[in-house]
Amino acid sequence: MDSYLLSSLIWFPVVGSVAVLMTGGDKNADTARGIAAFVAIANLLLCIPLYMAFDPSSYLMQFQEDHLWIRAYKIHYGLGVDGISLAMIILTNFTGLLVILAGCHAIKVRVAQYMAAFLTMQGMMIGVFAATDAILFYVFWEGMLIPMYLSIGMWGSANRSYASIKFFLYTFLGSILMLIALLYLYHYTGTFKIQEFYGLKFSLHTQELIFFAFFLAFAVKVPMWPVHTWLPDAHTEAPSGGSVVLAALMLKLGIYGFLRFSMPITPLACQHLAWFMITLSLIAIVYIGLVAIIQTDMKKLIAYSSIAHMGFATLGCFMIYDIVVHTPDYQDAYMSLEGAVIQMIAHAFGSGAMFLGIGMLADRYYNHSRLIKDYGGIASRMPAFAAFFMLFAMSNVGLPGTAGFVGEFMVITSAIQAHFWVAFVAALTLILAASYTLWMYKRVFFGNIANDQVAQMEDLHWIEKTNYILLAVGVFFVGLYPTPVLNVLHATIGNLLIQSLPYAQPH
Amino acid sequence: MSFILPIFSAAMPELFVLCMASLILLVDVFLPERARIITYVLVQLTLIGSFLLSAAEYRDQVEPIITFSGHYILDKLAVLTKLFLLVASFFAFIYARHYTKEHHIARGEYYILGLFAVLGMQIMASAYSFLTIYLGLELVSLSLYAMVALQKKSNVATEAAMKYFITGALASGFLLYGISIVYGVTGKISVAEAAGFLQTVSMSQQGIVLFGLIFMMAGLLFKLGAIPFHLWVPDVYDGAPTSVTLFIASAPKIAAFAIAMRILVEAMPGLVIPWTHILTVCAVLSMFFGNVLAIAQTNIKRMLAYSSIAHMGYTLLGFIAGPHSQQGYSAGMFYITTYVLVAAGAFAIIALLSKPDAEFDHIDDLRGLNERNPWLAFMMLLLMFSMAGVPPTVGFFAKLGLLESLVEAHLVWLAALALLFAIVGAYYYLRVIMYMYFEEPKRAFVGTPLSISPGVMAAISVNGAAALLLGLFPSALIDMCRISAS
Repeated sequence: MDSYLLSSLIWFPVVGSVAVLMTGGDKNADTARGIAAFVAIANLLLCIPLYMAFDPSSYLMQFQEDHLWIRAYKIHYGLGVDGISLAMIILTNFTGLLVILAGCHAIKVRVAQYMAAFLTMQGMMIGVFAATDAILFYVFWEGMLIPMYLSIGMWGSANRSYASIKFFLYTFLGSILMLIALLYLYHYTGTFKIQEFYGLKFSLHTQELIFFAFFLAFAVKVPMWPVHTWLPDAHTEAPSGGSVVLAALMLKLGIYGFLRFSMPITPLACQHLAWFMITLSLIAIVYIGLVAIIQTDMKKLIAYSSIAHMGFATLGCFMIYDIVVHTPDYQDAYMSLEGAVIQMIAHAFGSGAMFLGIGMLADRYYNHSRLIKDYGGIASRMPAFAAFFMLFAMSNVGLPGTAGFVGEFMVITSAIQAHFWVAFVAALTLILAASYTLWMYKRVFFGNIANDQVAQMEDLHWIEKTNYILLAVGVFFVGLYPTPVLNVLHATIGNLLIQSLPYAQPH
Repeated sequence: MSFILPIFSAAMPELFVLCMASLILLVDVFLPERARIITYVLVQLTLIGSFLLSAAEYRDQVEPIITFSGHYILDKLAVLTKLFLLVASFFAFIYARHYTKEHHIARGEYYILGLFAVLGMQIMASAYSFLTIYLGLELVSLSLYAMVALQKKSNVATEAAMKYFITGALASGFLLYGISIVYGVTGKISVAEAAGFLQTVSMSQQGIVLFGLIFMMAGLLFKLGAIPFHLWVPDVYDGAPTSVTLFIASAPKIAAFAIAMRILVEAMPGLVIPWTHILTVCAVLSMFFGNVLAIAQTNIKRMLAYSSIAHMGYTLLGFIAGPHSQQGYSAGMFYITTYVLVAAGAFAIIALLSKPDAEFDHIDDLRGLNERNPWLAFMMLLLMFSMAGVPPTVGFFAKLGLLESLVEAHLVWLAALALLFAIVGAYYYLRVIMYMYFEEPKRAFVGTPLSISPGVMAAISVNGAAALLLGLFPSALIDMCRISAS
């Protein structure tokens, strides 16, 4: 039986964005804000029945919908969720609400178009996580670029045109080989259903080619070193809502792609090239961490820190191939993979909150400066803000009790089973993250009040405060009591592990 | 030799257009200046009438009809081509009305020449012998040369008309020369008979036929506007009045696709290996140079001209994949149809930006269009993303179809190359959007919203929305193309 819950989640924001656009110019800005906030809240509430009715004991796709879409190429409009996509969909709706609320307060021009762009983006992102048909996945994956491109270009800062085009072309370029790989798989299997691509008996060589086709698409999105250069530009120039969506959600699409496509479709190649992926991840963790320290622009600093944190997630994914060689049971590999997924979720809270915070600071500064040197002594002017920001900074560092700790801990403890040195290098992040985050925190928040601008800053507006309370709840929830999240993930990750390990396959 | 009466009913759409064109020619002479609208209305009614006749044929006819002594064919390909080109022409004339009035070329000839061009295209679509192909092609070309030259006082337009005429005449000469050689070897003038004869000829004779085919292909590629016969495209697109550019860029491309199907696929299946090789070179060069040169343009009409060269390169991919895949030809047909739809909309928006006796076709003139007219900017956005091939617009599915066929034909490298050039192309489409959305309007335009008459706005909206809706629901159109071109 078809369930229309997923379709509603995808299309309600899109339809909502049309309604928002109907309000017209900025004279009706408040109506636009109201409609957008209503749509975002309603969509988040729609997640409740989704979560309640989800059966965590099953790894199968649930809430399936399937309609033939394009007969000539057997493309289906197929939707469904497993544990990982369920978690990501809820996260998307949560972040979507935060972004819309933040936009209600911060955005003063072309409000309706701003809200419409972000609502559309939200719908498309849910589509990516819910698609069970490869072409539908691709359509959402690429279609999402349109509103993101517009939002960076229309509400971004000085260098926005360059950053938006770079963002678009970079990610577009990454995706083309994936499309060809999908078409190749279609000719092999005669269908675009992602499930049918699993467990195909390709030779190692073919698998490697497919792997690299996917790798380019997903590595650009994650982004992995050395294809990360679009991210600092896009992050810095984007409006803070755009940065939040980029950091909290769009980067996760890359990891999601690895989990959904690369690992189960080409397990042999993944095993063979695990060293390659692990090396890139470690470079991201250490090198990009060092790069983050010297940044003078706060947004850039968080952007680089995002790349480093995503390195952890990719490490967790591909470490499993090494771990299973060294440990008899799959327990550690399982923990590594689960750690990667938790890291994705945790990073969404931490970095999303920090991007929001920098947006709040820049909004209060006359020329929207994001330079660290322009600030100082914020803590004495905005104590509530400083307290909240400290929490999110700590989560970014990986302090036990916050969300950031759980994922990193799981990945490192499982990695140590296989390779002490890999774990050691990865653990350097704890020092690096502490240095760049806390050093920035010290310069911006402590010390004497830097200038008149800072002296006049007012503490959090109630909308900003609401946002931060929501995020703080998220950080503590994942940090202290991750069981509800883990429960949802267990069965799916167990199944994914079996599909991703070449010699563990049942046949 | 007995004389068989042709089946006139098969050619009803053409005969109707012919009679009406002659009639309107007479009516127009007696109309006073202010009643000129009657000409326009009659022309549009003719197109609608012909469309309905073709639609009835599309519904009823199952078996192909070959008549007029084997010179004329009525099959799904012909009918569908006619339907598409009539729709394209209908829109082209709607957009032309406003523009021609403002630029003082709103004489009756404009529409009547246009109508004769439509007749020529219909003949091309149904042509089943080399002679009818040539006949239809010349009818279209001569009408178009005159339309480009209609703006008598404009030096650019006159220059464009001359260039178009001279190079076009040369291309027609090539085509005719090629036809004469093929006729010389085979002694057959009909497509089917030539194809049958080619099955039996010796290797050396095949060489001569190939020699003739190359000349015919030169003519074809010229009409499509693909490299290496593309040099007229930017100059003519740029110089011609925008409403004429719009017309040239739309319906004739579909008709040219139909004759390419007849000549290459139906008449020359025996030479499939050489012509796919030639087309591969032309397609790669077109995609590369079209996209790369478009980046350097600052005039939108020139930019779209180069982009059209690139898009013709993509269309050729359909022919290259066609012989080795199930849906190559239909993917090509789908591609060109949707391209025409999108290109017509884009040129129409440029035409709408123009003021009496002044063109605003510099890319700078799009600055801040979102402030001046958000809906128009949004339509342009959809059209540009469709040209770039970004889902969920129809341009993506057009490219997807071609790529699918290429992969099926084991031409993965060509598919990758095509996509790579598409990325290059995306840059300049994105630049248009950047100007519209990210920049403030020029000082002269600040605070002056661009108002457009509701009728034209409705047409643009249909056009732009189609780029999106056909992307969301492409299945019906893909199936139509599939039935027709397989």
